[in-house]
Amino acid sequence: MEIFIIKNINQLTYDTFEMILEGNIKESTRPGQFVNIQIDGLFLRRPLSVCDVKKNELTLIFKVVGEGTARMSKMKVGDSLDLLCDLGNGYNISVKMERPLLIGGGVGIPPLYYLAKKLIEKGFSPQVILGFNKKEDVFYEKEFSDLGLDVAVCCVDGSYGLKGFATAGMKGKDFDYIFTCGPEPMLKAVYDTSEINGQFSFEERMGCGFGACMGCTCKTKNGYKRICKEGPVLLKKEIIW
Amino acid sequence: MVDLKVNLSGLEMDNPIIPASGCFGFGKEVAKYYDINILGSFCTKGTTKHERFGNPTPRIAETPSGMLNSIGLQNPGIDHVVENELVEIKKYFKKPVIANISGFSVEEYVYCVEKLRGIDNVGLIEINVSCPNVKDGGMTFGTDTSLIEEVTREVLKVADKPVYIKLSPNVTDIAEMAKAAEAGGAHGLSVINTLLGMRIDIKKRKPILANITGGLSGPAIFPVSLKMVYQVYKAVKIPIMGIGGVSSAKDVIEMMMAGARAVQVGSMNLINPYACKEIIENLPKELLALKVNNINEIVGGAH
Repeated sequence: MEIFIIKNINQLTYDTFEMILEGNIKESTRPGQFVNIQIDGLFLRRPLSVCDVKKNELTLIFKVVGEGTARMSKMKVGDSLDLLCDLGNGYNISVKMERPLLIGGGVGIPPLYYLAKKLIEKGFSPQVILGFNKKEDVFYEKEFSDLGLDVAVCCVDGSYGLKGFATAGMKGKDFDYIFTCGPEPMLKAVYDTSEINGQFSFEERMGCGFGACMGCTCKTKNGYKRICKEGPVLLKKEIIW
Repeated sequence: MVDLKVNLSGLEMDNPIIPASGCFGFGKEVAKYYDINILGSFCTKGTTKHERFGNPTPRIAETPSGMLNSIGLQNPGIDHVVENELVEIKKYFKKPVIANISGFSVEEYVYCVEKLRGIDNVGLIEINVSCPNVKDGGMTFGTDTSLIEEVTREVLKVADKPVYIKLSPNVTDIAEMAKAAEAGGAHGLSVINTLLGMRIDIKKRKPILANITGGLSGPAIFPVSLKMVYQVYKAVKIPIMGIGGVSSAKDVIEMMMAGARAVQVGSMNLINPYACKEIIENLPKELLALKVNNINEIVGGAH
């Protein structure tokens, strides 16, 4: 457990917040890994994907969906948080690929930002599709563009960018590998839309987040996997749908 | 110097702190956080005759000062556990463990316990007759005195280690269940398993848990488990492991004063992987503050 201090909180949309934390975060943290956060007054920790890592600095993005995230959104600069770090497998970026495509939906987008940076470090120039419900939900379009990447934004209601689900942005794109994270219906749609291989990051309600309680197990073609331990990232070829 | 050593039916332990079954896997995950050899022992994940996936997810829901789980006894089956997990445990845990066994028939319990014969790093067997999350078994055994007595008696015929029966709180009178286990020859009792509960997602108008109900654990249930340990201590002569919502060294002392000879820590391990380490470190000073030099002095001290 590590104590982090809130360095900054930015409200990105009406319900989505970016939190910059200062503390001992390992620079070896892999994109797609998560931290599990203790929140005063609540029993279970709250798992959140790592959005960015710099030296002694961790960025998290969360949407207010329940009691835990509501309390986090009201925290102040200088407040401290108790985190379990280095959780989950994260994305494997040492796979055979040339033209990776990143597809994120809603709060599934944050881990793709850190992933994009890591891919760029390795010499890739990933294409990015960000999916939202409506214009008011859009965040991090500029941050991805500032990395020098081709970013397509899709909104289900057509109020901004391409009209449709994130999969609408896949048409006409030339890619040979997929990294994706988002709500399960979106992951399923991505899975069905393309034959291309890839890595899919899943969500589940967790007890511990480090593999002890078996609260988040799913079935895969390679046996039972704990989303918190052998996941949250699964290979496309092992997913059972 | 405070003496924390306790003895459970011949199993010598450096201290009375034992992570509870289902909250510690087979120890490997927590061993990454600290050297788990400081523990008295630990209870392994509930194991059945056959491999089980368990219940569909969501299996976890939060509650005030606690949580519900409906894992449904996910485990790789006794044969796999004996051949793999119990062998691998020796790499990071040098002491005997407590093997937790579940079943859906007397025959299944007996099968599993027989498989544990001669396994040298199992110091004690805990028979779970109280899993609230599986149909046609588990808790059904633990709510019927004649079944408890029968399972206990049959398991003891094949066991080569002390056998403790883990009781369910979801009964009218837990003392009667305790007496049935004692009559069947149990060496001791684990008191209690989780309490049945549920939560509803008000936006979806559906239960949060896919299994609808689950077992309630965490600090919320501490007063309930404490009372049941107190009650069982009065009813039987065999030793008790107290379980239920223990989160601090002071809780351990309360539990022992109620009658527990050792104490299991459950869901606190999940939210703080260092929970047992912190409790073990704090126990001596909490005992000294009470002028207690040997922890065994306090067992049943509240009666």
